[in-house]
Amino acid sequence: MTVKAQTRAEAKRARQLRRFENPWLNPKLFWGLGLLLGIVIIGLLGRWFWDSDLVYVGAAMPKLPPPGFENLRGQAGTFLNPLGTEGSGRDMLALIIIGAPNSLFVGLLASLIGMSVGIVLGFTSGFVGGKTDDVIRVLSDVMITIPPLLILVVFQSSFGDVTLTMMALLIAGFVWQSPTRLIRAQVLSMKQSGYVQMARLSGASTAHIMFKEMLPNLVPYLFGSFIANVTTSIVTAVGLEVLGLGPQRIPTLGRTIYEAINAGALIQNLWWWWGIPTLLLAIMFIGLLLINLGLDEVSNPRLRRLRV
Amino acid sequence: MSRIPHRYLVNRVITLLLTVFIAATLIWIIPRLSPVDPAEIMLGRMAAGAGTVADSEAILAQLRSNFGLDQPLLVQYGKYLWNIVRFDFGLSTATFPTTVASLIGQALPWTLGLMVLSLIITFIIGNLLGALMVWEESPKLLKVAIPAAMVFTSIPPILSGLLLMWIFAAKLQWFPLTGAYGLTVEPGWTWEFFTSVLHHGFLPAMSIVIVTFGFWALGMRGLMITVQGEDYVTLAKAKGLKPRYILYKYMIRNAILPQITAFALKVGLLIAGQVLVERIFAYNGMGKLLYDAILDQDFPVIQGVSFVIILMTALSVFLVDLIYPLIDPRIRHEAQL
Repeated sequence: MTVKAQTRAEAKRARQLRRFENPWLNPKLFWGLGLLLGIVIIGLLGRWFWDSDLVYVGAAMPKLPPPGFENLRGQAGTFLNPLGTEGSGRDMLALIIIGAPNSLFVGLLASLIGMSVGIVLGFTSGFVGGKTDDVIRVLSDVMITIPPLLILVVFQSSFGDVTLTMMALLIAGFVWQSPTRLIRAQVLSMKQSGYVQMARLSGASTAHIMFKEMLPNLVPYLFGSFIANVTTSIVTAVGLEVLGLGPQRIPTLGRTIYEAINAGALIQNLWWWWGIPTLLLAIMFIGLLLINLGLDEVSNPRLRRLRV
Repeated sequence: MSRIPHRYLVNRVITLLLTVFIAATLIWIIPRLSPVDPAEIMLGRMAAGAGTVADSEAILAQLRSNFGLDQPLLVQYGKYLWNIVRFDFGLSTATFPTTVASLIGQALPWTLGLMVLSLIITFIIGNLLGALMVWEESPKLLKVAIPAAMVFTSIPPILSGLLLMWIFAAKLQWFPLTGAYGLTVEPGWTWEFFTSVLHHGFLPAMSIVIVTFGFWALGMRGLMITVQGEDYVTLAKAKGLKPRYILYKYMIRNAILPQITAFALKVGLLIAGQVLVERIFAYNGMGKLLYDAILDQDFPVIQGVSFVIILMTALSVFLVDLIYPLIDPRIRHEAQL
């Protein structure tokens, strides 16, 4: 390494140190949120600008390609269906406008419920200790090993059709464990710290210590765990849908993929049918990953400095 | 085994047994809360096949007693637990009277084979890349390219599977689209069958590998950064050992062990992901069996497959927990806490 390069790097470091850096202005966080927001906007604004009745079966000719392409029957795509149509004549654009927010909704709702349960159980476990702690700890250890997909397959195959909210509730039953463990561990270590002892000595109530003293310190961890759980929930929901379960009457991205595979869309080169939902899901997952990486850097300043 | 503290071992065994017990109970309770009656579904299938069914009430009663559905719930539950311990999941309703255990027995080797294969590939590639990301001697290009590949980590294998299937099976036709071996190939210990299996297994395995290697690489990167600063690495450099020798014998050897515990955290998601990959590739494993059973509303098969997969997950976590203190002596003190 030359002396010159070293000084340049040092100058850059110095510039960075001088600038007042807001950790929340993180590029990864920004892009991640941007990607997810993009999907939400497609879902919300799309309903205004695009006729969502096109999502019904037979709204257009089946298996039409996007404009500029031709399908195997030699039909060219038109701007009436800018993303093409699927096997039973639903418009792909309308399908993703209605379907994409559904997948995100399941993920957010399931993770939100899981998080709330996790906060309550984690604090209880860490604070109360004793037998309660043992039960919660063992239960979360046990439940974290069971893959949610399999239990949900059993559930849905015996109950039949479910609503979106019901599916989110079911998935929530499997995403409370990791926040519970995380919060429990943090609470146990924080209990010994000076400011909590201080608050206790000054006669603060347990609820005050939990929510006013401890919870704010946990926020970055909670966010990280929340985002990770959103990903797990969406993966589980899509998994169910691809197995032909999940909500039967509402369009979802997973169900569209399921129908495409069953209709042999891969062999017939109907790439828009399975490809567009796949791409949207991939964008969703990449967005969530970027948010999580960004949050990691926000909550762990050492990572920021380590970046080469 | 002397290295594993007694308390730790007992703790792990209890967790394993509890996991299996709770999973088995959930699988048993859930269908019984549902209004759907499996006997009526079977009757419906008979009616669909034969046009009409005479004396349907008697057949329903017969079917219920065949499946033991007319007994008190507690007796059913006790029998179920006893059966499940012996891997007896009853008879398949869709391919009556095949036993569920024999169906699973046919599917399980395929699933295990695919899992082990993709796991070994992804473990080697992932850890090597993760190590190279930190190593000072590795080319600059590598350090830039890998974070981009990390993006794949967030994508579930079913999406990568679809993409690979489209490019390499539908478009380029380098690999077969579905199945675990060629239709014209006779299963057996022949070279032809072996190559056919490899040919068919490549895409399913790859779709798992490209979305999981990033996970190992990220973990390895973190561990290598820690190892890099250790005194023994500095000493090795001062001794003038070859950089490559230091990388393999000093750094990777020390960094790789905690990676094995990371496996325990991921195994559930891995197996669930593989089930879905098998479903889209129509690969002759548990995933296809499960999917077919869902289509046919074949409850005994759904229950059996779910139970076996959960058992596999719990057992792998247990084994990792057990093996880990044996191969990494540093963990001994922590385990005694």
